[in-house]
Amino acid sequence: MNKKLILWGALAAVALFVFSGINSIPRMDEKVKASWSQVENQYKRRMDLIPNLVSSVKGYAAHENKTLTEVIQARANATKVTINADSLNDPEAFKKYEAAQGQLSSALSRLMVVSEKYPDLKANQNFMALQSQLEGTENRIGVARKDYIETVQEYNTLVRTFPGVIWAKIYGAKVKPNFAAEAGAETAPKVEF
Amino acid sequence: MKRLLSALVTACWLLAGAAHAGPNFPALTGRVVDTANVIDASYQQQLEAELTQFETDTQHQLVVVTLTGLQGYAIEDFGYQLGRHWGIGHKGKDDGVLLIVAPNERKVRIEVGYGLEGELTDAMASSIIQGIILPEFKAGNLQGGITDGTHAIITTLGGKAYALPVHPAASGSDSPIPGWVFLLLFLLVIFVRLRFGVGILAAGSYGSGWSSGGGGGGFSGGGGSFGSW
Repeated sequence: MNKKLILWGALAAVALFVFSGINSIPRMDEKVKASWSQVENQYKRRMDLIPNLVSSVKGYAAHENKTLTEVIQARANATKVTINADSLNDPEAFKKYEAAQGQLSSALSRLMVVSEKYPDLKANQNFMALQSQLEGTENRIGVARKDYIETVQEYNTLVRTFPGVIWAKIYGAKVKPNFAAEAGAETAPKVEF
Repeated sequence: MKRLLSALVTACWLLAGAAHAGPNFPALTGRVVDTANVIDASYQQQLEAELTQFETDTQHQLVVVTLTGLQGYAIEDFGYQLGRHWGIGHKGKDDGVLLIVAPNERKVRIEVGYGLEGELTDAMASSIIQGIILPEFKAGNLQGGITDGTHAIITTLGGKAYALPVHPAASGSDSPIPGWVFLLLFLLVIFVRLRFGVGILAAGSYGSGWSSGGGGGGFSGGGGSFGSW
């Protein structure tokens, strides 16, 4: 009799423990979405900077046509590849998005390297302002990515471990794809004066 | 069961790793945290007073910090984490600013909280660093650069820069610096850049804002600017 009671008690305790986490998956999921929108935001911010940047470089370095076209194309491509917060679970789409943005990153850093050759351009107030904005944005992207990495890590840990794993089964929650911690293409172009 | 166990172990390991990652931060002892010991005590007091006044006037928070080292981090990386760690600015507004100086690495950064990115843009932060702070730093006057930079940030954010009443003899001037000096310095820097192709200055603006999205959240998402001398 007594033994039975203890058994039931233990079962109830386990059940309570598990049920207390009922909201953990949706809550974490929202958190991932929120930090994703920050990442997307900053990438968008970068794309918005590019037309001005390109036109100001063109004014001084028109014959750097190849580099300029590369940036324009990479931007056009990146505009097309989007993910909405609900399809973050799709590793394919995620990879494509990251690749498109990575391409833009490297095209941009080449442009910044090229612009080093033009003293007049570098001294141009407008260009200097754009350059500082670009650097700022690259840094914001870095921060947003790092935050996203951490959040997804937390989410994935929850999904794969007890008791979250039980809820993950019920909700059908899967491990989410994540950024590589420090992709070379993603480090901000260092612009030395 | 084995898989579950290994997942658990991995999770613990990841959590432990996450908890230990990140630099060591100095304690937030006031509005001027001079761990590198480059600001005279009397000067520091005046700066503190000015920053307190600024906070009363504008409700924004500005903290000046000098570091003994960046512990291998880039200053923009260190900066936003420090801001988040300290929780500079008001919750929900993220309206804090950090002026970070790392004399050993010869790096300086203005880290702007998410809520102030509109008022103190990357470009503004960059021109404060390039035009006002770095010329002084290059001349070896850390204290002067810090003070003038702080004043420039205060004025940009709508505060009033109060002239320091007593300048220590070491600084060599006992009159408040008039505005045209800043302008002159700024022009000088532009001139230097034009002249010498500017191999000496490193410029940049970084953005991190104390954003509240995602993992840490709070102070900054990476806004501001940095430079080295």
